[in-house]
Amino acid sequence: METLTGPVMFLPIDNIDTDRIIPARFLITTKIKGLGRHFFNDWTHGSNASENAKILVAGHNFGCGSSREHAVWALADYGIEAVVSTKFADIFHANALRNRLVPVVIQPEDHERLVAALEADPASIVTIDYGALRLTCGSIDLPFTAAISEIGTEESETPGGEELEILLGQSRLIDDHEAARKARVNTLGGR
Amino acid sequence: MSQAGKTLFDTIWNDHRVNDAPAPDGGPDTLYIDLHLIHEVTSPQAFSILRDRGMKLRHPNQTMATMDHSTPSTPPRPDGTYVIENPDAEIQLTALESNCSEFGVPLYPLGHENQGIVHVTAPELGLVQPGMTIVCGDSHTSTHGAFGALAFGIGTSQVAHVFATQCLLAKRPKTFEIRIDGALQPGVSAKDVILSVISQIGTEAGTGHVFEYTGSAIRAMSMEERMTVTNMSIEGGATAGLIQPDEVTFDYLQGRDFAPQGPDFDEAVADWRSRFQPADGVYDRCVSFNADEMEPMITYGTNPGMGMPVRDTVPDPADLENKSDRLSFQRALDYMRVEPGKPLLGHPVDVVFVGSCTNSRLSDLRDAAGLMDGRKVNDGVRMLVVPGSRKVKAAAELEGLDQIFLRAGAEWREPGCSMCLAMNGDKIEPGQLSVSTSNRNFEGRQGKRGRTVLASPLTAAACAVTGVITDVREMM
Ligand code: SF4
Repeated sequence: METLTGPVMFLPIDNIDTDRIIPARFLITTKIKGLGRHFFNDWTHGSNASENAKILVAGHNFGCGSSREHAVWALADYGIEAVVSTKFADIFHANALRNRLVPVVIQPEDHERLVAALEADPASIVTIDYGALRLTCGSIDLPFTAAISEIGTEESETPGGEELEILLGQSRLIDDHEAARKARVNTLGGR
Repeated sequence: MSQAGKTLFDTIWNDHRVNDAPAPDGGPDTLYIDLHLIHEVTSPQAFSILRDRGMKLRHPNQTMATMDHSTPSTPPRPDGTYVIENPDAEIQLTALESNCSEFGVPLYPLGHENQGIVHVTAPELGLVQPGMTIVCGDSHTSTHGAFGALAFGIGTSQVAHVFATQCLLAKRPKTFEIRIDGALQPGVSAKDVILSVISQIGTEAGTGHVFEYTGSAIRAMSMEERMTVTNMSIEGGATAGLIQPDEVTFDYLQGRDFAPQGPDFDEAVADWRSRFQPADGVYDRCVSFNADEMEPMITYGTNPGMGMPVRDTVPDPADLENKSDRLSFQRALDYMRVEPGKPLLGHPVDVVFVGSCTNSRLSDLRDAAGLMDGRKVNDGVRMLVVPGSRKVKAAAELEGLDQIFLRAGAEWREPGCSMCLAMNGDKIEPGQLSVSTSNRNFEGRQGKRGRTVLASPLTAAACAVTGVITDVREMM
């Protein structure tokens, strides 16, 4: 993961929630793949998404609402690799990292400049340099933060697979913790 | 353990941290999970992860499954089976059944006496107890914080982590005290309190934080009212919201199916009392509110922070400083077809929905029925009343609440999420305006191009009777 460059999907709307990203009626699935075709299904205002956009530039506070990881799966399945906003809702942020979708956080005043540039020319090319932590678009060159270190290094077929390995590696600690607290845990067993 | 310098959150977090010392550099701790709640929508892919890796579920008996999101709210056939119109929903429900039997998870399926919205069912069974950690692949897991349990929503890959290890990796959030003192005026309910708070702090204020609700107004609330408040913590951006457990909590738990029984219960209460005394810790942030000044609330926009007292006028986007804020705000008003500077009172209503994990408990139904008694649903309004669980439904029927609703011309339906997220076929039509006791007024949440106004059960019932947005205080 070094740089990502190309035209963007430009949706400068604040508070885009996970219901907007994928409406609930498409959650009637038992699979991970294939959600991309429902992505922003009910978007009434038409986005000027370029067919092969890998970067989504959104308004403030992206991904609020439902915890559905399906929202991340839909974005990823559609081909989006990074989302640019000023703030991400907690659960979306964590879900995104687990699926190698990068939440790119920029400052509000930088966001305003980027939005203005994209409004002037929605076909502008945006480059995200993960090494230098800089985002460029024409003459604009701005810093960003992204929790890149939390993104796994291995391409894992299982979302969150690396975290699962870490947890499985702690099984002794978990056994000890459980043994110490057993008396207090109430279970559904036996009733 | 001494409580000095700790908040309720600190006590619970430290008690469940598996790693001895806090993770360095703000990294994630390993957090032990006492209770895992699951439903049909966010679990199938997690079961697949276990199956693909040939793993077992570590503690099936600390897991509870029910069916709520895609279940029909229409009555069963005479033979007790249900009509599920969407074949994909049927696949999802069947998948939950076979997954639960394969992995040994207790399931309350459609028609079972314990079935219902997961956040209504788990507390009423006594499964939710002070000091626990509780997760669910559902953002309204925050509801359970009303009992002084640390409860939050997780993504589906984390559902798999908890299945496999009964733990998850989590970064320690900050704490945010929401203090509400004073007394609520007649016609103002717990839903108005939380809508009022969110309208003032905004939908992102709680990001990275856990709320703790304190103050005399919270202490005066019943458990059901407290659940309405903590339920919407996520609408304020916080993944969890806590309330200090007290006598109200203990009284609620006594005698419930999964609560400790007899002498065990007394012992548990003594333990809870000693471990969860009022905190003397410091919160990272605090905001205070005065309950005396709160009024019945409605939302006018497309996120739960866009709310106002029912008699107010819709704010003007021109007053916003930032251009992108102005555009987003205007776009929301356009979608809702409301005008800045004008009141919403008197605005026509097409549908009224009383239900959801925010407001579908017995006290909510009593509120709505109390107002509907002897009145009629206005011509041209469709009113759906969907109890949160089969137990709530039975209790309401025992009191005759169903008859009050039916006499008024409302629909009395089977328990589940129903029109809160319009996944089971219950939905509003494009352009229709619904007054809903649920928690999200996002675009299309209750049906494609549908418009949602969030309100309390009292306000919703008043709007059903008059057919327009109404100040319930005028009808009391
Ligand atoms: S009632 Fe609504 S908010 Fe609550 S769990 Fe169901 S869909 Fe989610």
